[in-house]
Amino acid sequence: MRYIEEFRDSNLAKKIISKLKKVKIKEATYMEVCGTHTVNASKFGIRQALPKNLKLISGPGCPVCVTDNRELDIAIEMLREYEITLATFGDMMRVPSSYSSLEKEKADGKNIRVIYSPIDALNLAKENPEKDFVLFGVGFETTTPMIAHTIKVASKKRIKNFYVYSVHKLIPPALKVLVKDENIKINGFLCPGHVSVIIGSNPYEFIARDYKIPCVITGFEPLDILQGILMLVIQTKEKEAKVEIQYKRGVNKEGNKVALELINDVFNKSDALWRGLGIISQSGLVIKEEYSQFDALKKFPVDPPPVKKHKGCKCGDVLKGLIMPYNCPLFKNVCNPLNPVGPCMVSSEGSCAAYYHYAS
Amino acid sequence: MCLAAPTKIVKIEKDQIAEVVLSGVRMKVSLALLPEAKLGDYVLVHVGYAINILSEEEAKETLKLLSELEKQEM
Repeated sequence: MRYIEEFRDSNLAKKIISKLKKVKIKEATYMEVCGTHTVNASKFGIRQALPKNLKLISGPGCPVCVTDNRELDIAIEMLREYEITLATFGDMMRVPSSYSSLEKEKADGKNIRVIYSPIDALNLAKENPEKDFVLFGVGFETTTPMIAHTIKVASKKRIKNFYVYSVHKLIPPALKVLVKDENIKINGFLCPGHVSVIIGSNPYEFIARDYKIPCVITGFEPLDILQGILMLVIQTKEKEAKVEIQYKRGVNKEGNKVALELINDVFNKSDALWRGLGIISQSGLVIKEEYSQFDALKKFPVDPPPVKKHKGCKCGDVLKGLIMPYNCPLFKNVCNPLNPVGPCMVSSEGSCAAYYHYAS
Repeated sequence: MCLAAPTKIVKIEKDQIAEVVLSGVRMKVSLALLPEAKLGDYVLVHVGYAINILSEEEAKETLKLLSELEKQEM
């Protein structure tokens, strides 16, 4: 069992699609919360294979995409005002901010290092004690335990030149905003598989219980996505609303307790600004007082110029599932991977990038 | 960002570090979030950390369920 090829078996895929066509429901719109679901649903041709009564819309589960211009402006302002090296996950490099981008700043001579793991940033700080390193903390619950662990290691080893600028966000509060929005019609959620490895299935219960919307926690291989959709369709048909786990080999109800404890040790919840969704209560993470010596916002306070939004960019609407990428007037002609206007076209998990690369 | 690949643990080292293999590529990952991981386990890795142990039993059950779909009611 290698867990990849087996879940790409085309014969099993055909069986699921055949079953999907047999379960007669009128129409349903399901939201793929996670950017990786959007990419893989496009990449593996799942969209095209679905019966016409089913519609899949993308959601805000792309941490790069929901990082607001303001947050990126702050990171860039830190680079301009202080002598720091910014360590960042690669996807953030080409995202346009109000006035620039990390890529442009790097070309301009600013110190920016792309890292794969937060531990890489800590190691850089250890090897270069005379420089200050700020880790740009972008990511959902899948990533925050690693950042929390890295901060704890930094604390234990008394590393004095390592800081984190946290723009981390939480998925369940964003889902609450979506279900309360009357303009968005969602009949079910494909919940993010790897966020759920960390948080388990309990945080989604309120969606089924209070809003009567089915949720299926789904893996990322083609058979996972197809089975997840089938489970949603069956709930729709039976007029049920419950939280189910499709990704049984990876996810359990309680999540990863060690990871959750680490997050609680290091971070507090706070209100956070999301691109497209605005300020969402208790949806972000800030570093606790106990670890405040690692908080980049405290050590390197900045006041960037006012945020400038890019005219015509509809990333916000795409992230809420209000429109499809191809409904954006800038899609393809003006905004494309070579010349992106918004983060949805830049990120490897961005909906617009997925539709651009894999559209039929 | 949620990209995580299933990899096999081929060596356990000290300080909660393990060596994993994916498609012939070896890399070191932290077991800080998964202290119970053992040699031979398949784990999901995200930004250099193992986040869970994949259950072979559940994987086989899922595949079995899918292969018998047409026999099921509804």
